[in-house]
Amino acid sequence: MADEAGLAKKPKMLVILFATIVLHLTSLIILFIATCASAWRTHGDTSYDLWYDCTQINGGYKCSGNGDADWLQAVQALMVLATIFCLISFIIFLCQLFTLVKGGRFFFTAVFQILASLFVMSGAIIYTVMSPQWKNDSDTYGYAFVLAWLAFPLTLISGLIYIILRKKE
Amino acid sequence: MLSVLALTSVVLLGIASQSTALVVNTDSEKHALVGSDVRLSCSFFSWQWTSPEVSFTWHYRPDGAKDAISIFHYGGGEAYPANKGPFQNRLEFVGNPSRRDGSILIKNLDFGDNGTFTCDAKNPPDIGGHPSTIRLLVFEKVPVQAGVITGSIIGVVLGLLILVVAIYYLMRFLVARRVFSLSMSKHGKKGKGKEGSQQKQASAVTDPAKLKAAASEKKKQESRREKK
Repeated sequence: MADEAGLAKKPKMLVILFATIVLHLTSLIILFIATCASAWRTHGDTSYDLWYDCTQINGGYKCSGNGDADWLQAVQALMVLATIFCLISFIIFLCQLFTLVKGGRFFFTAVFQILASLFVMSGAIIYTVMSPQWKNDSDTYGYAFVLAWLAFPLTLISGLIYIILRKKE
Repeated sequence: MLSVLALTSVVLLGIASQSTALVVNTDSEKHALVGSDVRLSCSFFSWQWTSPEVSFTWHYRPDGAKDAISIFHYGGGEAYPANKGPFQNRLEFVGNPSRRDGSILIKNLDFGDNGTFTCDAKNPPDIGGHPSTIRLLVFEKVPVQAGVITGSIIGVVLGLLILVVAIYYLMRFLVARRVFSLSMSKHGKKGKGKEGSQQKQASAVTDPAKLKAAASEKKKQESRREKK
């Protein structure tokens, strides 16, 4: 009886596990793109922040380092830290998957993932608040900015799932 | 063979000392804050001995101007700052000519002092060579270099993380050791009465950090024995 119940639950557990891993990997990839792509603000062919101001000329790129204001460096640091913490939490999740006792919760994974979401939230908020000082009125926010804001709820939900999730079998 | 080699090297050295000109060394750029003092350093390299007639001359070309003006001259053992001009009463000679240092100190900087300073040194008979230039930039607030804040934030957070993990593992290790020593003392007590307490005394002596814990445990055990 117990075996049948276990077998019936197994695919459900696998689906939940798969969905959790996919969510975590998605947020990790989004964080990587938001941190590395230099397109937080665009103006026609020019994209600004987070690291360079790049202009597309004749099919090639002409990039120069941006002014590096204090707040921009803080945003850079927070985004990098969020990416690092998300990566660390994924590695810890894989470790805990094999070493955790039955019925245990993935606390370490959740802690790092929630810290990552806090960092990306702080970074996105700082950028949103401070960039109007630099922005011309004709600038629009680029895709990396949108991805950064998207990464925040994804990482938060992922972290909360890890708090609730319990290791069975 | 050896004599030919020695002769060649002496001739070459003689030629080299005559043909190598004096080389003037300065910083290429200097950043300073408004109102502060800045030291513009200038030194030279020459094959000749430092002559008593060594001379230093400083010129200044403001940003946007075409001509340079003379602002300082040192020669014949005396320093002569220009008594007219933008640096009147603000220039001081802080160099050491016998050590080949011809640095000047400009006091109380202003935004109008942005420009290019040229240092020219002469060490008779070595008078050929290029003067060297320093670009002076005066700021209201020294700008933070790119990446300094970024690196420090990342470093501090990762450092804290490593510290927390290290402390966590240290606490676990200490607690495990304490549990181990307590279980050892319990075994001793079960086996032989007084010898158990002696064993615990011995373990307490060998581990002075746990003296307090051992003493409290001892008191508890003695009270238990009294109750019995």
